[in-house]
Amino acid sequence: MSGPDGAQPLLRVRNLRKFFPIVKGVFSRTVGHVRAVDDVGFDVHEGETLGLVGESGCGKTTTSRCILRAMAPTSGEMLYRRRDGSTVDLAPLSRRELRPLRAEIQMIFQDPFGSLNPRMTLFDNVGEPLLVNGMSNRGERMDRVAELLRLVGLRPEFMHRFPHAFSGGQRQRIGIARALSTNPRLVVADEPVSALDVSVQAQVLNLLLELQQRLRLTFLFVAHDLSVVRHISDRVAVMYVGQIVELAPTKSIFERPLHPYTAALLKAVPVADPRVPAGDVLLKGEVPSPASPPAGCYFNPRCPFADERCRREAPVLRELATGHSVRCHHAERLQLAVPQERIDPAGRSG
Amino acid sequence: MTGGPLLSVRGLKVVFGLDEGSVRAVDGVSFDVMPGQVVGIVGESGCGKSVTTKAMLQLVDPPGRIAAGEMLFRRAGGDAVDLARLDPRGREIREIRGAEIALIPQEPMASFSPVHTVGEQIVEAIRLHARQWRPEGGAVSRADARAIVVDLFRDVGISMPEQRLDSYSWQLSGGLRQRAMIAMALSCKPRLLIADEPTTAIDVTTQAQVLALLRDLQKRHGTAIVFITHDLGVIAQMASHVVVMYLGRVMEEGPVDAIFHAPRHPYTRALLRSMPGMRGETRVALPTISGTLPHPFNRPAGCPFHPRCEEAIAGRCQARVPVLRPVGGGQSASCFLHHDEAEAT
Ligand SMILES: Nc1ncnc2c1ncn2[C@@H]1O[C@H](COP(=O)(O)OP(=O)(O)OP(=O)(O)O)[C@@H](O)[C@H]1O
Ligand SMILES: Nc1ncnc2c1ncn2[C@@H]1O[C@H](COP(=O)(O)OP(=O)(O)O)[C@@H](O)[C@H]1O
Ligand code: SF4
Ligand code: SF4
Ligand SMILES: [Mg+2]
Ligand SMILES: [Mg+2]
Repeated sequence: MSGPDGAQPLLRVRNLRKFFPIVKGVFSRTVGHVRAVDDVGFDVHEGETLGLVGESGCGKTTTSRCILRAMAPTSGEMLYRRRDGSTVDLAPLSRRELRPLRAEIQMIFQDPFGSLNPRMTLFDNVGEPLLVNGMSNRGERMDRVAELLRLVGLRPEFMHRFPHAFSGGQRQRIGIARALSTNPRLVVADEPVSALDVSVQAQVLNLLLELQQRLRLTFLFVAHDLSVVRHISDRVAVMYVGQIVELAPTKSIFERPLHPYTAALLKAVPVADPRVPAGDVLLKGEVPSPASPPAGCYFNPRCPFADERCRREAPVLRELATGHSVRCHHAERLQLAVPQERIDPAGRSG
Repeated sequence: MTGGPLLSVRGLKVVFGLDEGSVRAVDGVSFDVMPGQVVGIVGESGCGKSVTTKAMLQLVDPPGRIAAGEMLFRRAGGDAVDLARLDPRGREIREIRGAEIALIPQEPMASFSPVHTVGEQIVEAIRLHARQWRPEGGAVSRADARAIVVDLFRDVGISMPEQRLDSYSWQLSGGLRQRAMIAMALSCKPRLLIADEPTTAIDVTTQAQVLALLRDLQKRHGTAIVFITHDLGVIAQMASHVVVMYLGRVMEEGPVDAIFHAPRHPYTRALLRSMPGMRGETRVALPTISGTLPHPFNRPAGCPFHPRCEEAIAGRCQARVPVLRPVGGGQSASCFLHHDEAEAT
């Protein structure tokens, strides 16, 4: 399937699973599995931003670490289309086979403090991927690092300083420069603005949007903050207990969610307008453990619409409208509209 | 002084004397909390929110010290006491801490000891402040205190309270630990509750539950709350009155509706604009605040916001510090666009 403007998928993830064994006792007996990623599938089109949202522990980071092959998935396919048009499944590749792909798929981390080496200058931090990818000439690397720092809005003279001399937002820019050093095509960003203050967050989001257009980057953007994901994404996938429960264009998912969990999640976001009344708390209870998810639909213990079938039979992700998929038996019969004042731009932001 | 504020903070300054220089973490903060009111304090990281709340309880970490100002708190008996003048280890502040003013601190793990169950710790607190439960005098027995904690746990929505009582804090999920902490804070029936980012570390659906819980408790018991957060959405839903801080100073304060719909201070306006919302256009550049937050050692002279302010008045804003003055609509602002009063130099 091709994207809305005919763009080809750059990455196709199918039936991705990552189970972590739970081991006990002196003989390290496996007594069960954490189903951190449990049958995840989606496409990422060239040049788009796919947002991945969900609450803590739902499997966002594990999904991105599988795609980056920071870990091997338990099963599934991750079909990546290379620059020359050929397609390669990232899942079974060995370290050596992955090496040429590392330059094309890069990562931006959540923690601008932990992701840089404090004992290395910006030149070494940003230039390291270049060195690894064979740019051994120091002068050449300096030029490239200077160019990258300028690209992310930092002064090239900064390259001889150490990370501790920079603020959170500046460190996140350094992390972005590092990720872009090898001219990647796919950038996986795991909570890249979560640690930043509102005003700094806006600067970094603007930078990401601008770089995406200039360099025709494709983003998989992982975050738990719904307004941030809404702002940056073309399409959004919502995860719950290791599974995608809904996937749709941003506007559809925020205005006409089809999954009861998505609707509850949207209602839980406090709106920055005192004239909008706080929504009723409709989600009770807690997220089940991915080590022992309930039978049937994983959402059924908390779902106000659950019936006998939901407790027995696990729903599959199915396309209900063009490009809008949902994992719920009853989606077409539910009335889940988001209250108008929560989406109507007639208020302050209009 | 019935009808007056429960807490009145005036000109509070807290300074950390470090080897590299001194940090003016809180630099002349003033605000009032009326009985039963929810006051939200909002501002970016490092602006002095937590230090302000720690000062109220004389809990500022050394080498920090309260350098100026007063914090008049009306005690249960009706007498006013200046919290700024109390000995941090003295009898009076220990009576007030926990019993009359309770704190839900920002670091959730630090607040419960890992070696005692959460139940034991709350039971101890109740027995220590027995007067809150036995106004006519006398001790609270262990069994009675335990029964109180079970009720509190049920109140804050902890299921199976009898079992959870005997858990250690590290055995609880983030949401449950937060609820246990709220139960702890409420265990001595405080008249003022200080909640420092009580939901920042938890997920949005759990956050909605905790916020609903705090709103409900506030309504039922009339507890005044000072609610600290950097999340403007949470502020809009919780506070009736808002204090906006920047670099240790109050930029603007007023009723929540005015702050969100008629902000007067350039910083408040810029902050509201720069936030991606749940409505409006997507994938467009957000308005930003230019520049970066200055390092605490390099406080700008004059209005602390002037290097980043688009409306700065040349010659005036970089030279003098505007004071917080009423600007109409129940609001006050520290800004020369609205008045001419500067701090004495
Ligand atoms: N123990 C300390 N020693 C030295 N400086 C400190 C100490 N505690 C706080 N500060 C400084 O005081 C200022 C205010 O800190 P505070 O913790 O009140 O910020 P905050 O508004 O609560 O921020 P956040 O949103 O990150 O919690 C900062 O510049 C901080 O670095
Ligand atoms: N290395 C690991 N070993 C065991 N369990 C793990 C490991 N990494 C993640 N998990 C578990 O997998 C689930 C998904 O985690 P994660 O992908 O980090 O979620 P998210 O990023 O959405 O918060 C969680 O239950 C987490 O505890
Ligand atoms: S399948 Fe049933 S339990 Fe699951 S979300 Fe749909 S209605 Fe709710
Ligand atoms: S006093 Fe001047 S610099 Fe400060 S906020 Fe007002 S206009 Fe801007
Ligand atoms: Mg994560
Ligand atoms: Mg703080």
